[in-house]
Amino acid sequence: MPEILPPDSVGLVTPQIAHFTTPLALDCGRVLPSYDLTYETYGTLNAACSNGVLICHALSGDHHAAGYHSKQDKKPGWWDSAIGPGKPIDTDKFFVVSLNNLGGCKGSTGPVTTNPDTGKPYGPDFPIITVRDWVTSQARLGDMLGISQWAAVIGGSLGGMQALQWSIQYPERLRHCIVIAAAPKLSAQNIAFNEVARQAILSDPEFYAGNYYEYNTVPRRGLMLARMVGHITYLSDDSMRAKFGRELREGKLNYGFDEAEFQVESYLRYQGRSFVDRFDANTYLLMTKALDYFDPAAEYGDNLTAALKDVQAKFLLISFTSDWRFSSARSREIVKALLDNRKVVSFTEIEANEGHDAFLMPIDRYMQVFGAYMKRVAAGVQP
Amino acid sequence: MSLRSDLALISEWVKPNAHVLDLGCGDGTLLAHLRDTRQVTGYGLEIDPDNITRCIEADINVIQSDLNQGLAEFANHSFDYVIMTQTLQAVERPDILLTEMLRVGEEGIVTFPNFGYWKSRLQLFTKGKMPISDALPNTWYDTDNTHLCTVRDFEDLCALHNIEILRWAAVDLQHRTSRWMNLMPNLLGEVALYHFHRK
Repeated sequence: MPEILPPDSVGLVTPQIAHFTTPLALDCGRVLPSYDLTYETYGTLNAACSNGVLICHALSGDHHAAGYHSKQDKKPGWWDSAIGPGKPIDTDKFFVVSLNNLGGCKGSTGPVTTNPDTGKPYGPDFPIITVRDWVTSQARLGDMLGISQWAAVIGGSLGGMQALQWSIQYPERLRHCIVIAAAPKLSAQNIAFNEVARQAILSDPEFYAGNYYEYNTVPRRGLMLARMVGHITYLSDDSMRAKFGRELREGKLNYGFDEAEFQVESYLRYQGRSFVDRFDANTYLLMTKALDYFDPAAEYGDNLTAALKDVQAKFLLISFTSDWRFSSARSREIVKALLDNRKVVSFTEIEANEGHDAFLMPIDRYMQVFGAYMKRVAAGVQP
Repeated sequence: MSLRSDLALISEWVKPNAHVLDLGCGDGTLLAHLRDTRQVTGYGLEIDPDNITRCIEADINVIQSDLNQGLAEFANHSFDYVIMTQTLQAVERPDILLTEMLRVGEEGIVTFPNFGYWKSRLQLFTKGKMPISDALPNTWYDTDNTHLCTVRDFEDLCALHNIEILRWAAVDLQHRTSRWMNLMPNLLGEVALYHFHRK
């Protein structure tokens, strides 16, 4: 945390835990009898409880979206670029809620949590959670906080899918739906990358069929590989060229396999290694499955227009030119389905070289258009 | 702020409560006016990032689109009107876009600078050079207006595509008209406005 806190930071924040005892029936057929959700809030809920904004996180995200947990923190929350006083998601106007999804590994009930029935971590026995299950649990968190209707539900990537699911599942519970760098379902190529990531974890000898906690180990190599391949899909060819090119760490070829020779190798290894220290392999498997399974049009005969027929929220969709993981064409599929239904929708494609990761970056035009839209959202909030 | 007068003229042609698509909607001025005065709903298509931000500020539904890619995002007959002001001459294939307009909309409205205007003719005739005027301020090599046409050209194109003209107006740059302009629109009109549908 910087010595002097910038005026547009939410500052020090403390996560909270909500405990739920109403059983949650999951898509997979199993039931979670009770569970915890870890969350953070920024800003103040108004008297009418009408200024709530829900942030949905992506694959490796968590509840810590903005500010710092302690003065020793080097980095703020994952979306600090967009959340804070005067930022697009303006905490002077909105009461922002950000949670760790079920199945996560940052405090909400997930594979690392102790199963009350066995006294051991759930591990591989933790049920597969879908985007719909997440949205159901998020709605319960909203109930607990007294928010019957969100001013906006916002997410990027897998978070955008949750926002979209919200608009379908609880049409009357959100006024605005902001879907950034997302898609209405994964493509075969997307699923293929997830499968490589999963196989990397599953085939690690230290995975122990997901019971690695009992062996006091983690499938480091598998999770690291999974993150490395995932990370490549978050960047663009251009951004990798600009960042690393073919630069060699020692300025010469070593004719060997042991050391990372190219800068890009060293960067990926670093990303993979640091991920292992902060993320759980079983959670990673679950999150990729939630991504793969997401397909709200499936129960409407694969007709996205039919799936979005009853949505009431106003939509903003944003995509990025260099994002090949969820390209602009994928956002346009959602736009088209909304247009077919004559829904209120705006769409813009931001010129950006950063690839899929661009949705986390403070790109000027992105922040401008996002901020302009959020001002509209704020203008519609009843005090 | 007063409405650009060609936009004022167009809005008189639009029925209240209509569903409208505005191609090249700029900062959303026309759609905001139609929404506020005629309870019109709809969308604007725009390619310029700053204009898109302004539309969003003005609470106008805007979809970032390149008109040269067609209107594939829109189903047949999904709008009462498809409007395009001062853009027809700048698209790659005006004929295809015109057909697209009447695929997605029941009626179309376009405005364009009339290349048959007497001052353009005079410049070409006396100087032998491409005309430069207030309506067409750019030189031939840096203009976006790659498909300039005259009133007569446009009407020929409509006839070729079975498009019936419902009404038209010829105006000057201040969007005033006159009896003479109505008699000789191709010679005296600087800007042409057309309202049309499929025969």
